[in-house]
Amino acid sequence: MTSSALPARRAIVAGHGSFPQGIVSAVEQISGYGSVFVPLSNSGLSGEDIEGQIRDRSAELGIKVFFTDLPAGSATIAVRRIMRDTPGVVLVTGANLATLLEFVFSTDEDAGDAARHAADKGKSAVTVHGGS
Amino acid sequence: MPVELYRIDDRLIHGQVVVGWGQPLDIKLIVMVDDEVACCDWEQDLYRMGVPPEMELRFADVATAVQQHPVYAKDPRHSIVLTSNVATMHALLKGVGNVGHVNVGGLHHRPGRAQKLRYVFLSPDEERELRDLIAAGVKVTAQDVPAARPVPMEEVLGVSGDAAKSA
Repeated sequence: MTSSALPARRAIVAGHGSFPQGIVSAVEQISGYGSVFVPLSNSGLSGEDIEGQIRDRSAELGIKVFFTDLPAGSATIAVRRIMRDTPGVVLVTGANLATLLEFVFSTDEDAGDAARHAADKGKSAVTVHGGS
Repeated sequence: MPVELYRIDDRLIHGQVVVGWGQPLDIKLIVMVDDEVACCDWEQDLYRMGVPPEMELRFADVATAVQQHPVYAKDPRHSIVLTSNVATMHALLKGVGNVGHVNVGGLHHRPGRAQKLRYVFLSPDEERELRDLIAAGVKVTAQDVPAARPVPMEEVLGVSGDAAKSA
C-alpha cells in the first residue's frame, strides 16, 4: 500500500497518560501510517476539558471515529457525551495495537464497519500462552 | 461495613476510581453524590456504562445521601462515596458527621482555581471548605492513586512551591 492508498478517514485515540502517543508511535513504526490517528491524552485535565479537547480536534479535522483505552475511562465518558449530540460517531473502547493496525488497513468503506472489524481483530489478538 | 473511601474527584467515574482504587479495595458499591446527576437519567446511564457488572453504582442528591448514609455504612460490600467537588462533600459531611477521612483525588484547572498539586487546583472557597473539614476533625489527604503518597491537606494548603506541585 502506498500513502496515496491510505483511507481518507482518520481517528482520534484518547486515553490515559502516554498511552495515545505510545500506541500511535507503534502504529507508525509498524505501518508508517501513524498519521491516521490523532493522539489525545487525558493527563491533567478535568472531564469537561477532556470533552472540550476531543470536541475541538474532531470538529477541526472532521473525525467521527474514536478509540479509547479503558471502558471506564474519562476519555470514554467524554466521547459518549459527544455521541449524544453528534450523529455518526463511532467509539471503540479497549483499543490495542492490533485494533489500530486493522483500522489503518481496513478496506471497509463505512467507518462503522471498519471500527467493528478493527475491534474484532483486537479482541482476537489477546491470547494466553503457558501457565498451569 | 464502613465506607472505605470518601473521594472528591471532578472526573467522577473514571479509571483511577473504578480500577485504581476499585480493584485493590475490592469495591463493589459506588455512591455518586451529585445533585445534577441524581435527577438526570441520561447522565446516570452514561456513568453506569463505565463500571463493571459486578460493581453497583448508586446516585443520590446530597439530602438523600445524608438520609441514606447509615444504609451505605451498613452495606456488607466495600464502597466508595464519590463527589465531584469540595462543596458537595462539605455539605454531605456536615449532614452526616462522624466521617474520619476524606480523599482529594482530582480537582483540575479551571478559572479561579490555583494549583496546589499536580492534580489538585483549589479556589479560595474550596480551600476554606477543606479547612472547615480539617477543623471539624476530618483527616483530609490528597492522593490520586493508592500507590501515591497521601499528602496531608494541611501541607497542601500551607505550601505553594514547586515541591508540592510535583507530588
